[in-house]
Amino acid sequence: MGKVAIIGVGQSKFVRNYPGSIRELAFEGFKEAIADAGIVTKEIDASILCSAPEYDKQRSPSAVVAEYLGLNPQPTFYVESLCSSSSTGLKMAYAMVASGAHDVVAVIGLQKMSEISSAESQERMGRGADIQWESPFGTMMPAYYAMHAQAHMEKYGTTLEDLAAVRVKASTYGQLNERAVFRKPVTHDMFTDPKNMMSGPVSSPLRVGDCCANADGSSCLIVASEEKAKSFCRKPVWILGLGAASASVNLTGRDRLHGLKAAEQAARQAYAMAGVGPKNIDVAEVHDCFTIAELLAYEALGFADPGGAKELIRGKETYKEGSIPVNVDGGLLSKGHPIGATGGSQVRTIVLQLRGEAGDIQVKDPAIGLVHNIGGVGIYGNVTILGNE
Amino acid sequence: MSEKKEDVRFGKFGTVSFTRTTRVNNFIDHLESGKVMFTHCNTCGTKFFPPRADCAVCLSSSMDWREVSGNGKLVSYSQLQYAPVGFEADVPYSIALLDYGDYQVFGRLDKGLDLAEVKIGMPMSTVVNQLPNGQLNYIFKKA
Repeated sequence: MGKVAIIGVGQSKFVRNYPGSIRELAFEGFKEAIADAGIVTKEIDASILCSAPEYDKQRSPSAVVAEYLGLNPQPTFYVESLCSSSSTGLKMAYAMVASGAHDVVAVIGLQKMSEISSAESQERMGRGADIQWESPFGTMMPAYYAMHAQAHMEKYGTTLEDLAAVRVKASTYGQLNERAVFRKPVTHDMFTDPKNMMSGPVSSPLRVGDCCANADGSSCLIVASEEKAKSFCRKPVWILGLGAASASVNLTGRDRLHGLKAAEQAARQAYAMAGVGPKNIDVAEVHDCFTIAELLAYEALGFADPGGAKELIRGKETYKEGSIPVNVDGGLLSKGHPIGATGGSQVRTIVLQLRGEAGDIQVKDPAIGLVHNIGGVGIYGNVTILGNE
Repeated sequence: MSEKKEDVRFGKFGTVSFTRTTRVNNFIDHLESGKVMFTHCNTCGTKFFPPRADCAVCLSSSMDWREVSGNGKLVSYSQLQYAPVGFEADVPYSIALLDYGDYQVFGRLDKGLDLAEVKIGMPMSTVVNQLPNGQLNYIFKKA
């Protein structure tokens, strides 16, 4: 089986209230990826649209997006795994290319969340849990992650200040990211000032500042066979490892709340496939939909031992100059989280890092990067390892 | 030609139910009689909460109802200050998970509890609760 590369990456700005329709939003990430890959549309022989349903009215959106982007009559597919939809799309594209069924596949992620109100959106996200047995209690995503935060704090002594430190780090880089929805500085003082919005309670122990914002956005990854990659691309970035796992939707089926088992399993698979370990990772993007989620990721990925995430953030080891830079593009906490587009945006950041084209946030000479992308509250765990050789 | 009436008992579960009918609709009858029940597979003995009509271990559909009794241990909880559409009148409320050993139960904490007294690991019991809007759920009380 030949190698598989990512030869082009693109992303729209992540914004509130995108002034256009979903097909137009998809165009923004796609156009940039095509230009980045230096190819023309007809080179793409299949496309995969990744989004979470129920935010937009269009049913089977892969069809309208393929039409708008000029991708007919090539086959187009629709995949979803909630917030990790585009990582799932990337895994599908890898399989389609590695099998020889296709040579060049576009993985298009998108979400336009602003067509509905924030409360309606929380209700839909809450229904990304078990609607029969959990949603009737009034669940929502922050509350589930809050239960994980509570459990982690109790078991390991992680503090509210540690959670705030994750947001402070995110804002350090979010300020530099012109594609991010939230670009203001965030300080520890904001979390302790009852008058500051950041300290407002959402679901104990999580505060407004612990949560990422909804956003509208699109992303696009062009995935190609080794032969095509070498003929088109100056700097292909290779897919070295892919891991994916699932866990029970209902929390009653989980054996722990101080971690996400599906993420741990996905990490093990990805490391094994790539033949590397946590110490080999030079730069990472992790799914920080909530501050606690980033700390859980440090432990799931083996950047820290169980319970050790707090030391990593306290020692600023995950800053750009630290031993393992994480989310130096501002993460979901700064960029916003347009569900289906998020994984593609994370992959884009790592691809740019591995090509040495990350600008202000470039870490020093990375060779191997990692993306951790979670769907729902640990329902879908996805870890992707990329390398420049 | 007579049409069989749909059995929509499950619509009574929780503040807002998103499911009208299920093959474990009897769960609601048990709630109405004051009992929170789980299912037990007659073929392989696996216990399931939430209750299920079919066993994922041995694929049998022969299930017994059994009562969630005694105390479970509080695994974690969170108090919501902001609610999804349809739950606004309930705020603030706390969701929680109890571990009974063979199975776990997801639900709400008793609203009368002082959160300062709530500690992970504490024993709690599961009891049926009538909601102000006439719906039924269950809550966790301090043992």
